[in-house]
Amino acid sequence: MRRNQVAVVGAAETTELGVIPNMSQIQLHADAALNAIADAGLKLSDIDGIATAVETPQQIAHYLGIKPTWVDGTSVGGCSFMLHVRHAAAAIEAGLCKTVLITHAESGKSMIGKLPRSTPPDSLNGQFEQPFGVFGPPSMFPIPVLRYMKTYGITHEQIAMVAVVQREWAAKNPRATMKAPITVEDVLNSKMIAYPFRILQCCLVTDGGGALILTSADRAKDFPNKPVYILGTGESVETPMVSQMETFNSSRAFTTAGPLAFKEAGIAHKDVDHLMIYDAFAHLPLFGLGDLGFMPHEETGKFIAEGNTRPGGKLPLNTNGGGLSYMHSGMYGMYALQESVRQMRGIAPAQVKDARISVCHGVGGMFAASGTIIFTNEK
Amino acid sequence: MAEPARAKPKPTPETQHFWDGTAAGELRLQRCDACANVYFPPRPFCPSCASRKVSVFKASGKARLYSYVINHRPAAPGFTPPYAIAVVELDEGPRMMSNILDCPQTPEALVLDMKLEVAFEKLDDKITLPQFRPAKG
Repeated sequence: MRRNQVAVVGAAETTELGVIPNMSQIQLHADAALNAIADAGLKLSDIDGIATAVETPQQIAHYLGIKPTWVDGTSVGGCSFMLHVRHAAAAIEAGLCKTVLITHAESGKSMIGKLPRSTPPDSLNGQFEQPFGVFGPPSMFPIPVLRYMKTYGITHEQIAMVAVVQREWAAKNPRATMKAPITVEDVLNSKMIAYPFRILQCCLVTDGGGALILTSADRAKDFPNKPVYILGTGESVETPMVSQMETFNSSRAFTTAGPLAFKEAGIAHKDVDHLMIYDAFAHLPLFGLGDLGFMPHEETGKFIAEGNTRPGGKLPLNTNGGGLSYMHSGMYGMYALQESVRQMRGIAPAQVKDARISVCHGVGGMFAASGTIIFTNEK
Repeated sequence: MAEPARAKPKPTPETQHFWDGTAAGELRLQRCDACANVYFPPRPFCPSCASRKVSVFKASGKARLYSYVINHRPAAPGFTPPYAIAVVELDEGPRMMSNILDCPQTPEALVLDMKLEVAFEKLDDKITLPQFRPAKG
């Protein structure tokens, strides 16, 4: 795809984040969508493309009264929205549609109108993972961690620092769910969930949503807010079974999607001013830093423990507080994208000064899928 | 037993040979006749070269502990926490999820790369699960 041909011209989250007991999941989609449409100064009738995950595009289109000529229901977990951005950018460039709305919402905490997730006993996961006691993401996603630690010499304290540093960012964000400072000792003494991970190394469970509106860059200057251009994109999937990953020392979905986006963007790692790495659990930023090529995996734990990603550090990472401290409704990718857009617009609560390039990297499932979007505010 | 049972696999036409194998006390893998690739989970073609000429064979049952978590909460139905959910690497190459029997479910006892051997846990007349225990000797 060519660089900077498509821009984000509308971006918003749900009016409330956290616990939203007065809205169903589909209404959270609508709340985010209406906020994004207002942000872009558009009418619903201006939208001719729709993308969403978990909920179907027909569900969202019908509920909002949108008549799309382009539809994407890619649903590969929490990074689905990164893939939607990539697909929407290609579709707009190809002339299939002009203005795309991407929505996410999840009643992850209140569970109102939330679709059931189940694993059939005759699926591969049902036959070869479920019988061995996995029960939700906390029992599956951290399975590679001990191998990763042994291979690269990463310590428990270094991984605990991921949560500590992200809480520092969250403290600057009025909308963050958890703001009170924490220490490495707090993390390592918190309630055990699935060794080696404790509760402060696992994402929050909240309600919320977000929406993005994309259009061609040549139209973008006519919108009320500063356009944020799509500089590079990448995507991939590996396996729905964490046990069947090619290796626990790396994610193949990450090492495919990330470098693809960097190559398309034509940038080097030193050009990156701001970074988001989807942190459903505390090891993901380490995998991301290594697999995206910022540094060898051996250095990732030390890099974070030494404070390089904290406020004032040389590589600001997960500046909204992340899935660990900001919010996590179940599919966090949309919130990572929202923070990248805020940083590029210059309106983030913990704004990185003069940031021009933001890399936003997402994961879906337990390393099952990945999407990377590189944004810039300079055309 | 009023306690909820652990999730039970339901074989498909492509995986039946595996579950027949565990019921007979054998861990069965597949090998590609064309490129010799050994793979898991079961399917009637080689995921490396796409050949449909593949054979089922009895694996050695030897493995090493590749990685694990010790799950505390929430526990899956039929499990008493804390319990380890392990991924083992078979001597033949493929990895599979399993549990570790006859071993304390602690970080001290569960050492990465420790040698393991297959064990079989019968759930009912149709389903027997492959489990692993520390190798003797």
